[in-house]
Amino acid sequence: MTTKLFGEPVRRREDQRLITGKGRYLDDIGHTALAAAFVRSPHAHARIVSIDVDEALDVEGLVAIYTYEDLTGPMAEPLPVLIPHPQLHSPRTGFPLANGEVNHVGEPVVMVVATDRYVAEDVCDRIVVTYEELPVVVGVDAARAAQHAVHEEIPDNIAARHHQETGDVEPVLAASPRALSFTQYIERSACMPMEGKGVHAKWDADDSSLRVYTSTQASTSVRAAIAAKLDLSLDKVEVIAPDVGGGFGVKIVHPWPEELLVPMAAIALGREVKWAEDRREHFIGSAHERQQRQEITVGYDDDGRITALDVHIWHDNGAYTPYGIIVPIVTATQLVGPYAIPVYRVIVESVFTNTVIVTPYRGAGRPQGCYAMERTMDRIADELGLDRALVRERNLIQPDQFPYDHHLTFQDGRPVIYDSGDYPGLLVKLKDLVGWDEASRLRSDAEARGKLLGVGMALYVEGTGPGPYEGGHVQVLGSGKVLVSTGLTSQGQGHETAFAQIVASELGVPIEDVEVTTGDTRRFGYAVGTFASRAAVMSGNAIALAARGVREKALRIAADVLEAEPADLEIDEGLVQVKGVPGTSIPLRTVAVLSNPLRYAFDEAARQATQFAKPGDDDKPPIAEGDAPGLEHRDYYSPIRSTFASGAHAAIVEIDPATWEIDVVKYAVVHDCGNVVNPMIVEGQVHGGVAQGVGGALYERMAYDADGQLQNASFMDFLMPYASEVPDIDIDHQQTPSPLNPLGIKGAGEAGVIPGTAALASAIEDAVGRRIASMPISPTELYDLVRSPDSEMTATAGRRAGTGVMA
Amino acid sequence: MKPAPFRYADPSSLGEALAVLSDEGAKVLAGGQSLLPLLSMRLAAPATLVDINRIPGLDAVEVTADGVTVGALVRHDALLRHEGASAVQPLLARATANVAHPAIRNRGTTVGSIAHADPSGEMTSVFALTDGSVTVATTAGSEVVGWRDFFVGPLETSIPAGAVVTAATFPALPPRSGTAFAEVARRKGDYAVCGAGVVVTLSEDRRVERVLASYVSVGLTPEVHDLTEAVAGSPVEKADWAAAGALARTLVDPDTDIHASADYRRLLVGVLTERTLADAAAEAAGRAA
Repeated sequence: MTTKLFGEPVRRREDQRLITGKGRYLDDIGHTALAAAFVRSPHAHARIVSIDVDEALDVEGLVAIYTYEDLTGPMAEPLPVLIPHPQLHSPRTGFPLANGEVNHVGEPVVMVVATDRYVAEDVCDRIVVTYEELPVVVGVDAARAAQHAVHEEIPDNIAARHHQETGDVEPVLAASPRALSFTQYIERSACMPMEGKGVHAKWDADDSSLRVYTSTQASTSVRAAIAAKLDLSLDKVEVIAPDVGGGFGVKIVHPWPEELLVPMAAIALGREVKWAEDRREHFIGSAHERQQRQEITVGYDDDGRITALDVHIWHDNGAYTPYGIIVPIVTATQLVGPYAIPVYRVIVESVFTNTVIVTPYRGAGRPQGCYAMERTMDRIADELGLDRALVRERNLIQPDQFPYDHHLTFQDGRPVIYDSGDYPGLLVKLKDLVGWDEASRLRSDAEARGKLLGVGMALYVEGTGPGPYEGGHVQVLGSGKVLVSTGLTSQGQGHETAFAQIVASELGVPIEDVEVTTGDTRRFGYAVGTFASRAAVMSGNAIALAARGVREKALRIAADVLEAEPADLEIDEGLVQVKGVPGTSIPLRTVAVLSNPLRYAFDEAARQATQFAKPGDDDKPPIAEGDAPGLEHRDYYSPIRSTFASGAHAAIVEIDPATWEIDVVKYAVVHDCGNVVNPMIVEGQVHGGVAQGVGGALYERMAYDADGQLQNASFMDFLMPYASEVPDIDIDHQQTPSPLNPLGIKGAGEAGVIPGTAALASAIEDAVGRRIASMPISPTELYDLVRSPDSEMTATAGRRAGTGVMA
Repeated sequence: MKPAPFRYADPSSLGEALAVLSDEGAKVLAGGQSLLPLLSMRLAAPATLVDINRIPGLDAVEVTADGVTVGALVRHDALLRHEGASAVQPLLARATANVAHPAIRNRGTTVGSIAHADPSGEMTSVFALTDGSVTVATTAGSEVVGWRDFFVGPLETSIPAGAVVTAATFPALPPRSGTAFAEVARRKGDYAVCGAGVVVTLSEDRRVERVLASYVSVGLTPEVHDLTEAVAGSPVEKADWAAAGALARTLVDPDTDIHASADYRRLLVGVLTERTLADAAAEAAGRAA
């Protein structure tokens, strides 16, 4: 069978297009469109006193200037709180254009539309906005101290207090043989897709319809938002995600102000209007993630088994909460990872600051949760003088404990019940892959070369593929071409390949015949979006079900023609044939033709389906009752709950004790996402995730000063790792299929990034013997740490000093 | 991130260029690797850009026994690969190899980098360390300006409005001398957190005679520090390079920015000085042999 492609490392079909400059990204669309540009707030917190456009009006090429005063109806209302939650007691969102107050540098205040982007920026330069500055809140600690309020009517700066517990944690902690408490921090980074956001809108006045291209992760929902905000009927709006140059979460947020304002202007002006975000806008006008202060208390016994875990987190949500408290919930619920925690209490206080909004960035709260849990494991091991791997091993959920119920509620509102996994198996493979038990020899070797070597590990469990649903449509044309569509969008993940593999395998057709379309509301109107490692799980399964529907119909039609039972037929290489009877067959494309009884013939293929082509049964209608013309099927997959992938990472670092430069010399990944559609694509996802994990641990941060000015809002100063900074990655796989979905798959998109910060913090701490309680860490900070009289030496370092091994 | 409006001129002779440069707010465009980002961020908005890329004769590297003269249109990469130039002054290739990434080295010019006077540039540092000079052309004629008179402040030189730097000259490495260049950057190819270039000169009897160092991303303008006193007279094999590093730490006045504290830069000045001096001394010893 040549068509069973599921599980094969098929080369990505989209790459030829994407890497030879033939992709069609947002800014490739609409060469003649007017250009929009924005005057954005230069202040982190201020009242708008006045907006003076007089000096701008005589710029040649200016078409229109919009301020809040120009917004009407739903556009004049705050942007939606996309995901309401009862514990989000004080949600706040901005307006499409600032309404009298700005709450972060970069908030849009004025939109300019001009003949091109150069002119639009010239106009922006000449618009004078007068501000009255207000006190600025930057960082979780300042928000918590609440000396000043971001939103006047929320004096404590707290948007939400998310609280979950699985029992009464305090008496268990009090009764625990041992306990320890500590506080740690993790900083902001951001998605930083190579392509920023962008919107192109075209209004057809004759048809009263709107077509919008947007670089989004959720075209169907952008469509609904535009229709609602601009008072249009849904059937008059189509939204298409063209090729999207990366998303990583920032493009799941919607509607961005620009996604509403650009269509609004296109309608008002009767002209095509386009806005392509530039890099500085992306830094200050999109979204960040990850800053948290974590206070952790853990009870445990002399063997290192956890008895109780009590976590209190302050989470910086930035100026507004359009995406609700998804990131706090994900941190709270994914923190427990692969471990059996007898009693767990978590409180996440989500606080406002005068900084860019915080919404999911690949990992979406999981890296922070993993950092909390895994560093807790390291602390317990350090206190007890036990191997860090051993402490983890003793706390793992065992393979016979599935389904494992954590008694928590996940981001989809469903219980956190792990469907399957083999966590001890991951740990064994990881130790082997990285050479964990060789660490002390490696440390001595490095010492001889004048380097400090450390090893660290981190394990995670990732809830993937949350509902509510996705759909798929598969249609076989008379040409033999198989059209596949799903509503969720692609940002470079390789969906065209993976979904085609699924259809080729399910339907029995050559992959070359399969064409996949994603994120186009003209083709598929119902979808949720691409986030939470859900595309393969959700659309993959929906498409598989749709393909099975097509197969069933094809066999039924072919059985009539071949005078056989459908159960005796098979489809291979696009040919429907009677099993074991070579030559008794009919091409699938012919079945497609026959599936649509015709009156009119326009080519040879169609002739076969016309009413005089062959005698029919005069007692039956040409289309059977309950049937439909065409060889196509639409189906949906709606899971009962998320499926839980897992993995384990280990890093070996070498540190130069003269310059404190940190070199990741080995990085090992063991990965379990259930059945794998395409191992090459999964490994690519792991590589990309690890790159972002290394970036988040060692290079990236959002350097806000006390005035709320982002000091590194460019690729010169925001240090995304280059290929030269990303270590070689050793990958081993484990496959524990999910029992929850037909294909047995789990998501793989975000996993690679999750344990990076935790594993690297552990490795650096192991190398230098000083407690690492704030990440990311750079050489200059490491230098400060090792020479600070206040920094804490680890117990392990003290024990090593006693044995004469360099700490 | 689109530049403000500007007039663009692409003269085909130096005289023509100088004529246009006499306009108020005119700025020279060579490789554009620093200027164009500044324009795009509207941090600079010159009225006229004078593109000198079409002027013949500015792309030559001239090597004599006395030194290397680099024309205003010589790209970093061309200098990096110029064997004759590195034979006479090895610091040129050693420093250009640390300038950013290949794409930038292919377009960016060494003279442009010097004229930009960025103290975090490798070539400004090496220009000072080698006791270089530039040729400055104005409508009144050409004059040679030594590096000490050239650098005035960060991104600021003494050349008058309307002038163009047509070449930079790097004197040859003295006899019985060796050089080294090293830097610590957050990412490969980034501006250095700290860089160090050194020249060690030995006496006929292989004792340390002279030690000079210049740093990258340390201080407001390029400086050359004489570290000789820390190791003067030591036989080359026994010289205490750590002492020279320690001396260097006392001589520099680095700043703090978001990538490194002043203290950390000072640490690196010491470490990189010690390491580069050891390498340069070994090279000098080889040449003195």
